[in-house]
Amino acid sequence: MNLQSVPIEWYLSLSAVLFTIGVIGVVTRRNAIIIFMSIELMLNAVNLTFVSFAQFLGDSAGQMFVFFVMAVAAAEAAVGLAIVLALFRNKQTVYVDQVNVMKW
Amino acid sequence: MSLQVIMFMILGVGAIVTALGTITRRNPVASAMNLVAHFFMLSGLYLTLQAQFVAVVQVLVYAGAIMVLVVFVIMLLNVGKEEAHHESFTIRKVLGLVFAGAIVVQMLAIYLGSSPSAMSQLSSKSLTLGATESIGTVLFNQYLFPFEVISLLLLSALIGAVILAKRKVD
Amino acid sequence: MNDFILAAPLVAMSFLSVICIVVDALSPKPGKIPFMFAGFSLLGALLLTIPTFWYHGTAFQNMITVGGYSAFFDVLFLIGGLLTLFAGRPYIAREHFDHDEFYSLIMFSVAGMMVIGHSNNLLISFIGIEIMSVSFYVLSGYLRKSIRSIESALKYFLLGSFATGFLVFGIALLYGATGTLEFPAMHAAVVADKLNFPNLLTVGIALVLIGLSFKAAAFPFHQWAPDVYEGAPTVVTAFMSTAGKAASLSALIPVIAAVVPQTNWKVGMVLAVISAATMLVGNISAVVQSNIKRMLAYSSVAHAGYLMMGFVANNPNGMTGVLFYSAAYLFMQIGAFVIVSLIEKENDGNLQLADYAGLSKRNPVLAALMALFMFSLAGIPPMAGFFGKYYLFIAAVEAGYTWLTIVAVISSMISVYFYIGLVVTMYFKDSTDTTEQDSKPGLAGVTLAISCAFVIILGLFPQLIEKLAHSFFM
Repeated sequence: MNLQSVPIEWYLSLSAVLFTIGVIGVVTRRNAIIIFMSIELMLNAVNLTFVSFAQFLGDSAGQMFVFFVMAVAAAEAAVGLAIVLALFRNKQTVYVDQVNVMKW
Repeated sequence: MSLQVIMFMILGVGAIVTALGTITRRNPVASAMNLVAHFFMLSGLYLTLQAQFVAVVQVLVYAGAIMVLVVFVIMLLNVGKEEAHHESFTIRKVLGLVFAGAIVVQMLAIYLGSSPSAMSQLSSKSLTLGATESIGTVLFNQYLFPFEVISLLLLSALIGAVILAKRKVD
Repeated sequence: MNDFILAAPLVAMSFLSVICIVVDALSPKPGKIPFMFAGFSLLGALLLTIPTFWYHGTAFQNMITVGGYSAFFDVLFLIGGLLTLFAGRPYIAREHFDHDEFYSLIMFSVAGMMVIGHSNNLLISFIGIEIMSVSFYVLSGYLRKSIRSIESALKYFLLGSFATGFLVFGIALLYGATGTLEFPAMHAAVVADKLNFPNLLTVGIALVLIGLSFKAAAFPFHQWAPDVYEGAPTVVTAFMSTAGKAASLSALIPVIAAVVPQTNWKVGMVLAVISAATMLVGNISAVVQSNIKRMLAYSSVAHAGYLMMGFVANNPNGMTGVLFYSAAYLFMQIGAFVIVSLIEKENDGNLQLADYAGLSKRNPVLAALMALFMFSLAGIPPMAGFFGKYYLFIAAVEAGYTWLTIVAVISSMISVYFYIGLVVTMYFKDSTDTTEQDSKPGLAGVTLAISCAFVIILGLFPQLIEKLAHSFFM
């Protein structure tokens, strides 16, 4: 059988780096849609962690979790984009720093 | 270097580059396209991990459904390029960046600093684990309850999206 | 089939919340039918919880626990849902937004909270938290013509899903460290010290704590709370800041029990610092607020700090305190927010503390009830809030955290200043404008009566619940 020669630490490190890129995106960007995409980056990094742990442990729970994370991401996408739409109708903007009736 | 290592390097570097592209592009459509490319890179990484079903679903759900929705909204709102603005580095942003840096350093220290772990190879079960058959078996037996409950989440998101985005409710 | 009977309240609630939408769609015009349906569903589920108190076990392939503290939280969340329903109907009618989806969304969030309370697996906790959060995102933006409401929904959504990212990352690391998602197996792995990477467990717990303290609005991730609670519809705020907070913290109960052995002082110390900072920051910020919703929002941050003292103590008494205080806090805070929603005028009028001057003359009943809830929130005996704090403080001292108790007492004293300040404004200051008419309470009167009754009953007979709660953790 053709077993893996790439150690698990590499996969995990890669996903930690990707997660951090997502966090940086959320913190620095001001377009609500791009912030949302950065959150998707974070969730995907987590999925990579789950799959690598699952495959190295030989356990199915990690892969299952990935499907549920995907379902959650889809639900959040629907609600989040609806909120952005409603915001745009009210204020004609998608920039979070222009939304400050209350202080941000 | 074996073939797997080369594949991992290509896909991993690709994933990082496209992720950086997503968070740095001024044009939201360019960001979205980078993100789609990112999802394909991740899908490739899942294939190198022998998780075939996850790899396919990744492309179908993320690239096929979620990103279409995102691009649709970008087009609908006609969001242009973000005008370059004087970068205001608030204390919150600085704290956030420091925090993000702390996470990645901590994680890398744990992974790369540790002595070789017990999981140096893919488990021998991993080939069958990632196949559609075994996933279906587990999902509809052991994971039936969460599978049913997640439908509540999807339904409430559906209703919520309709309430928030409908032009006129009467 | 047996599983369905054991988990009857949860299963019934899930089914009925789905049917509620169908009822909405079929019933003509915004009307009584969906409201009645939602009300009777919650009542029915409440009745179904009674037998589960006498059962301890798991159901659905060990996915959920039945009985014990999850039965207690079921009752709490269902009552919270009922109170919100009664107060919500007149409120959304007054805001001219009486669409029946409101009731289904309340039911969905209650179902989500119940899922959290029943969780025996990190996956279930995660799903429950998400069902609750997604419903809350929508509910806080429910008045979608109002820019404040939409703004609060946007903030809540972006920061909430950011927190979700940390939560799942933490869960992934816990999974990697212990090799399982089930709490009992996790506990076994931690006790036997069979962990895959050293230190991974600690980082995992830290990230889960970050995610959950975001959701429960604890320091240092509380900044969203005042803005979101101020902008959201007042009745929704009442629900989010009480039942939502209790549910987020109830997710911690099995996690702490599974992965933090009582000898681990490091996690205890981190929790203690978070708890102390949360109460101080919440109470001190509340002192300077002039908007009553913001004041109550900061006070709810402080109450998250008190609740976390139970987790710091990490002993049966501490958990008992968490359960008791969750119940007491639910009733007093919902009561206070519902009064705010009655005094509030359309377009966010009448929300300043100054607007409460002379309320005792204008509306003596509301003023008396508000005073009662304020005394309870401040922790003045013999109200429910006093005994809740008392149990938590005792538990913390028992576990050796005397300094934390001293901080808690000091911050309670700070909180007396603004709680009693409101009472003074209502009773001893004259209103500038005597022509104002407050809206009739209507159905919200039911909410107020129930909350008031529970605040007094829990204050007079605290041992009723204390004994019951204690038996869950022996």
